[in-house]
Amino acid sequence: MARPVPTSPSGARPIAATRAVRLVAGREITTRLRSRSFLVSSAILMLTVLASIIIGGVLTATADLPKVAVQRSVVNALPTVMSYETVLVQTVAEAEQLLRDGEVEAAVLSGSTESDLGFTVVGLDQAPTAVIASLSTQPDVRILDPGSQDPFLVYLVALGFGLVFFASSITFGTTIAQSVVEEKQTRIVEILLATISARLLLAGKVIGNSLLAFGQIILITTVASIGLLVTGQQSLLGQVGPAVGWFVLFFVFGFVLLAALFAASGSLVSRVEDVGTVISPVMTLVMIPYLGVILFNDNALVLAVMSYVPFSAPVGMPMRLFLGTAEWWEPLLSLAILILTTAGAIALGARIYSNALLRTGSRVRLRDAIAG
Amino acid sequence: MLELHSISRSFGDRAVLSDVSFTVGNGRMTGFVGANGAGKTTAMRVILGVLTPDAGTVTIDGAPVTAADRTRFGYMPEERGLYPKMRVAEQLVYLALLHGLGPREAKANTAELLGQLGLEQRANDTVESLSLGNQQRAQIAAALVHSPDVLVLDEPFSGLDPVAVETVLGVLSARAAAGAPVLFSSHQLDIVERLCDDLVVIADGTIRARGSREQLRAERGGHRYELTVAGDVSWVRDVAGVTAVDIDGTRAVFDVDSEATGQAVLHHAAGLGAVHGFQRQQPSLAQIFREVIQ
Repeated sequence: MARPVPTSPSGARPIAATRAVRLVAGREITTRLRSRSFLVSSAILMLTVLASIIIGGVLTATADLPKVAVQRSVVNALPTVMSYETVLVQTVAEAEQLLRDGEVEAAVLSGSTESDLGFTVVGLDQAPTAVIASLSTQPDVRILDPGSQDPFLVYLVALGFGLVFFASSITFGTTIAQSVVEEKQTRIVEILLATISARLLLAGKVIGNSLLAFGQIILITTVASIGLLVTGQQSLLGQVGPAVGWFVLFFVFGFVLLAALFAASGSLVSRVEDVGTVISPVMTLVMIPYLGVILFNDNALVLAVMSYVPFSAPVGMPMRLFLGTAEWWEPLLSLAILILTTAGAIALGARIYSNALLRTGSRVRLRDAIAG
Repeated sequence: MLELHSISRSFGDRAVLSDVSFTVGNGRMTGFVGANGAGKTTAMRVILGVLTPDAGTVTIDGAPVTAADRTRFGYMPEERGLYPKMRVAEQLVYLALLHGLGPREAKANTAELLGQLGLEQRANDTVESLSLGNQQRAQIAAALVHSPDVLVLDEPFSGLDPVAVETVLGVLSARAAAGAPVLFSSHQLDIVERLCDDLVVIADGTIRARGSREQLRAERGGHRYELTVAGDVSWVRDVAGVTAVDIDGTRAVFDVDSEATGQAVLHHAAGLGAVHGFQRQQPSLAQIFREVIQ
């Protein structure tokens, strides 16, 4: 009853390692991009970042730009760059009315009895110091110990780095672990291992998911940068920008480090239900920098330690760079430590993964998986 | 020709395979039978290189099997496994590409196999949305999509409805007819009996019997005869060398100590009157199986 089967010599042949890795990585990426839960969680993360920037922008915009009524006749006498919004008026009465109505915080009117500036600043019930300061000639200012940032901004930046690192690592790390167990549970891993080596399979999975994570990070930082520009927060972008650049660089290696550990952990169990327990040690490694940077962003010693420990360096070092407390060579040294650790984790992870992949049933003990 | 030479493999201190040797000839459907835990799956994993044996070698046409050879093997693992959320056709193409086929060949083979297995309507469904029987067919397709030269199938018929059994059977016999060595394990002895050319029986990690089906039957058949005559047959139990199994009126089933005793009974019966039937009973596979694993 069977119809004829193709019996010509098959085109089956061993494939190059790079092609195998590309195929596996490609499958990981397409599978993830088709998963609704992945797309939704990515969108939520993106919107959270964008929303916090817009809200921040709106808050600073309203706080920093007081409205000032300016009489037309004095406009030319005022400095060209002003840190307030001007409302042009013709008469003194008009200006005073706006002031009394609370529409403006101060008025600048022509004529002066006591100075030769040619204008007078009018306040409602107290001297409008901010406006006065911006109209005054400032002496040169030299700060001996610069670098201390606004504490609230420090907190926000710390939260931003911590949250993005945490969210990405958890999302993709869990995904990798689940995908490893899924292959193990369904036994498709046996078909795969009959074709390509465990190391290539692992490499494909780590690279595929890492590319997605990098894509997400780059998208987030791009969205954040554009958001800052659009909402007129260029100065903040200038302060945070270099740190964000370092963050992306550290993230690349930090994530691969975690990905290898997540994959190795996942390979120890045979059922998707057991993934949660087996990856909890790695989850803790992800939590530490997240909590650490939020709790200790004002503690120089803790931050210094965090900036060198490979698991927290992707958050700790950019934070110190933002605070200006790191010497120029420190990120390079920390990055070198991170890269070496990542290489070690890949070697160890590949060993555990290769040894544990075909052991089904109860959870494989870590010692057995390492020993082989 | 696929051959296992003295394969041994232990897990910890438990020996799962000890000194296992057998042959899967070109174009031979070889049934691999044994109880659960007898070592079938381990032996298959060793053939596929998924497990490394502690000792022994696997050869194909006389030369040790290499990774390159294995890309031309088709393998169906014991527990059914495909990516649950991946579409059937996509998954088959992916596996074909991993086996080194070009994209066009991968797609053509996928379409052809899905047609043969009656899955063309399901090509774009995810595996998890298929019925169990169709998942099984998809699994068979996964083992065949790269047109392998050697097939190793762990329980290919379990979970299949009778129609699917026939379909799969047809596809596998066609591969064997084309010259591929086909090794399949099964606990459904009736299917094995009907399908296999050769048989390998394993128990507790050792090979208990191997050879062609007929050869095994002849060797293991013992000497049981059935005789039907016109008159009373109860005299058979008094013939020297005969052990009566079932004597009922004109029909007798009995074991003999030698071929000659059987012929003597026939001779005697012919002398007494008409003989309606005299035949050596072929043991069923189930009987052989029970006998050899004890």
